[in-house]
Amino acid sequence: MSTVRCVDLCRFFIQGDQTIKALDHVDLSIGKREFVCLSGPSGSGKTTLLNAIGGLDKPTSGEVWVAEQRIDNLSKGELANMRLHNIGFVFQAYNLIPVLTARENVEFVMQVQGVPADERRQRAMAILQEVGLEDMEDRRPANLSGGQQQRVAVARAIVSRPAMVLADEPTANLDSVTAEHLMGLFVALNEKHSTTFIISTHDQRVMSYARRLIGLVDGRIVKDETR
Amino acid sequence: MHLPFAVLFRLAWRNLWRNYRRTLIMLGAITVGVWAMIFMTAVMRGMVDDMLYRAVRNLPGHVQIHHSDYRDDPSISNSMPPIDQALLDALEQPEIIKWSARVRVPAVITSEHDTRGTTLLGIDPEEESGLSFIADSIVAGRFLESVDDRGLIVGQKMIDNLETVLGRRVVVMSQDPDNEIIDRGFRIVGVFATDLENVEESFIFTGRKTVQSMLNMGASISEIAVLGHDYRDVSDVLRLQEVTGPDREILPWYEIDTYLGTMLSTMDGFVLVWIVVVFLALSFGLVNTLVMAVFERVREIGLMQALGMRPSMIVVQVLMETFLLLLIGLAAGNLFAILSVVALSDGIDLSIVSEGMQMMGVANVLYPSLQTNDVLLADVVVIVLGLLAGLSPAWRAARYQPVEAITKV
Ligand SMILES: Nc1ncnc2c1ncn2[C@@H]1O[C@H](COP(=O)(O)OP(=O)(O)O)[C@@H](O)[C@H]1O
Ligand SMILES: [Mg+2]
Repeated sequence: MSTVRCVDLCRFFIQGDQTIKALDHVDLSIGKREFVCLSGPSGSGKTTLLNAIGGLDKPTSGEVWVAEQRIDNLSKGELANMRLHNIGFVFQAYNLIPVLTARENVEFVMQVQGVPADERRQRAMAILQEVGLEDMEDRRPANLSGGQQQRVAVARAIVSRPAMVLADEPTANLDSVTAEHLMGLFVALNEKHSTTFIISTHDQRVMSYARRLIGLVDGRIVKDETR
Repeated sequence: MHLPFAVLFRLAWRNLWRNYRRTLIMLGAITVGVWAMIFMTAVMRGMVDDMLYRAVRNLPGHVQIHHSDYRDDPSISNSMPPIDQALLDALEQPEIIKWSARVRVPAVITSEHDTRGTTLLGIDPEEESGLSFIADSIVAGRFLESVDDRGLIVGQKMIDNLETVLGRRVVVMSQDPDNEIIDRGFRIVGVFATDLENVEESFIFTGRKTVQSMLNMGASISEIAVLGHDYRDVSDVLRLQEVTGPDREILPWYEIDTYLGTMLSTMDGFVLVWIVVVFLALSFGLVNTLVMAVFERVREIGLMQALGMRPSMIVVQVLMETFLLLLIGLAAGNLFAILSVVALSDGIDLSIVSEGMQMMGVANVLYPSLQTNDVLLADVVVIVLGLLAGLSPAWRAARYQPVEAITKV
């Protein structure tokens, strides 16, 4: 049984008289508990693929299935609900809500889900400790470094224990110690809670954690190896 | 549908103070607008209240009882018999503060120099005091002392017109029930003055019995003026008609003076129009502020949707922000309006413009009248229309695509 399935997925962007094939007939199936790295050069379609899987973008053609539900034809509200309850996101940039503190950002998804305040706070504090930000809980994003912001985003993505985490270059702004720590966290969660991870990266260290490595070039899968 | 109000409220509140200069400017505008709505309404109410108060004091009372043909032909032949026991009992009920039986006839007054047309009123001075203006408007000489007082009270303007003085004799002429001309000499024993010159010319007063015997009308009377507790609601007083019978007609003041009646009944409409007009002036700034506030946040609104906030929650968040803005503005506006009215509770002196105002029956000093209903109306209009104005920016915000926010660099 697969968690994610893409069938003949295409996403084209029209720019002037040019058609950019960001995703060019992608077929892909990712199962529960998998730990997948999407690798490829800049512009190869990694972000576009993650957005399609997360229901953030409508594909030009093809199908996207998440947890046995076809999502490419859902309404905006249904997609929001699907994301809220199934997926944790770490975006490449602009991850945090500026008017909320680090802890409030971590609690945000749980709060929208309706998790009681006590439990929310407890879980947020525990996860902030895990990413090494326990003294920063009351800071707003503007008062955090890029790496710290990224760690808050990671904390938010995993704190609600989603079935799947989509992370777009999560280590891009992190020093190597923090990056290692973060990847260790991902692996632990993957093993402990059977969380599926799909991580885009061109960072060699990240790829070394992957148990399945998918290579993208010009919107096409050129490599798919399981280790 | 689950709506996480706590987090929506927190976001709305913090976003409100993010661009605090813009928020303060908008709050200032709302405050001034709401102040104008409430304060100007209080001034208008004060003006109309004053006109009505004066009009009611200028003899009508809250309700009048006449012969049923009196309205068509207000002549002496349409007088009523004296007050019977049933009506007297009804007039002694607690919902009635005062009442007065009068004789009212058209008359001509002649001095050694001039002649004027006027209305002669035969009154009981005791019944009249506290009901109409006359008892406390005497500026020279004395007031009448009893129903058979034979002295005459005239207005300041009238005595000037007649080029006569207090203490002199004048002749008053009128018709008796048989259309016979009757005249009689009177001594001017008192002079009254009011804010309105035409009242000083319109009426002359003497004892009721004096007029009744002069015009050979026995104990008949022309009208009974009745004062209740509140001129806005005379329904208690109108219940007198249970005992007046078919020969007598009972009319509230707003049917006796239809101009003033219309004024009171259209006043509420005026107030609503005024409030809405001020709001419309505000609404442009409000919508603009909200559109800007939303436009600046395209990214985080997209982010929140990406994280699982449904579009409806975005709408609620923007509306909540609108609501908070309106609420603070309303609180400040209400406060300033109330303070302004309290500060001016000694009245606004209008003597500079009083020439024009007198024509409308308004006095020199205006007392703003703050009414709870007007304040509530302004507040409800601002909240309801304000939230409606917030719908379009909120809707716009909810339509942002999450991916735009995330991929925008
Ligand atoms: N909104 C967009 N409009 C036009 N072209 C886009 C848009 N988003 C992505 N692209 C193009 O699609 C291709 C894939 O982009 P992306 O998925 O961001 O690559 P990656 O994440 O691997 O760097 C690139 O050529 C990019 O320029
Ligand atoms: Mg990318």
